[in-house]
Amino acid sequence: MKPVFEYTKGMTDAITSYCPGCTHGVAHRLIMETLDEMGLLGKAIGVAPIGCSVVAHQFMNVDMCESAHGRSPAIASGIRRVHPDKVVFTYQGDGDLASIGMGEIMHAAARGEKFSTFFINNCIYGMTGGQMAPTTLIGQRSTTSVDGRTREQAGMPLKMCEILSTLDGPSYIERVALDSPAHIRAAKKAVRKAIEYQLAGKGFTFVEFLSICPTNWGLTPPKAMEWLRENMIPYYPLGVYKDEEAQDNGDK
Amino acid sequence: MPKKQFKVVFNRERCKGCELCKSFCPKKLIEMDTQVNARGYCPAMMTDQTQCIGCQSCALVCPDGAIAIYEEE
Repeated sequence: MKPVFEYTKGMTDAITSYCPGCTHGVAHRLIMETLDEMGLLGKAIGVAPIGCSVVAHQFMNVDMCESAHGRSPAIASGIRRVHPDKVVFTYQGDGDLASIGMGEIMHAAARGEKFSTFFINNCIYGMTGGQMAPTTLIGQRSTTSVDGRTREQAGMPLKMCEILSTLDGPSYIERVALDSPAHIRAAKKAVRKAIEYQLAGKGFTFVEFLSICPTNWGLTPPKAMEWLRENMIPYYPLGVYKDEEAQDNGDK
Repeated sequence: MPKKQFKVVFNRERCKGCELCKSFCPKKLIEMDTQVNARGYCPAMMTDQTQCIGCQSCALVCPDGAIAIYEEE
């Protein structure tokens, strides 16, 4: 029998600690599949965040480093500068990147550090029990916004791709979703492009994954996928926000 | 040209029973088992292997790497 699809060897045999249906598993697999296909598993160094994916180093079959909350970009900057021949990436959630780690990511992007960041946006703090995150949508219920987030009290959700694309440092920024097989295929292309740009030494690359959190949203995984499609994609439009190569070619 | 035959293999112990594969199967061939696995989840299983078109939708959305697909030769 000819294998058509098998679990990538970029992932360890350990069963992930994520809830049933959590798309962290899909995002992990896309990154590791891409590194495997490019033959970079021995050359890659990842930086794991604080959040649900705090134990990502148990599941990703590459060298990993754990960081303090939100400080992954600072650590990745250091690793990439010391080892310019390695492929360095950070894997961060929305509480880690858009809240406590906002300073680190902005300055790493502004400096154009040559690593890739994979940002998982699920509109909520997952590990701590479903509190309101900077990316929680207006009207969305969480344990700290029980009647839904309001603009008057908490402001508008942060759009990280749009914010980072105003800087000069990043070379590639794209927002993708993990809500359907078609979008997952597109997401893998974005991951590949981010790593290719890093290998070419172009600068900081950033891919945002719109993800689901069925447990804290209080929905079944298939319903959560629908919620993502109906609520998140209209506020967080998918697409390429910055592409240095396309700009150089004048076809932006 | 003869129709291609695919074999979808579920790893019972990896599966967490999230039903994403079931909801994305275009042919609606995936059902959940009534017997639980060692971790207490009802794993997914294939009902009619011969109808599979090999689109890989189930494997792409599976967050737990529980699905492998093979083409019969």
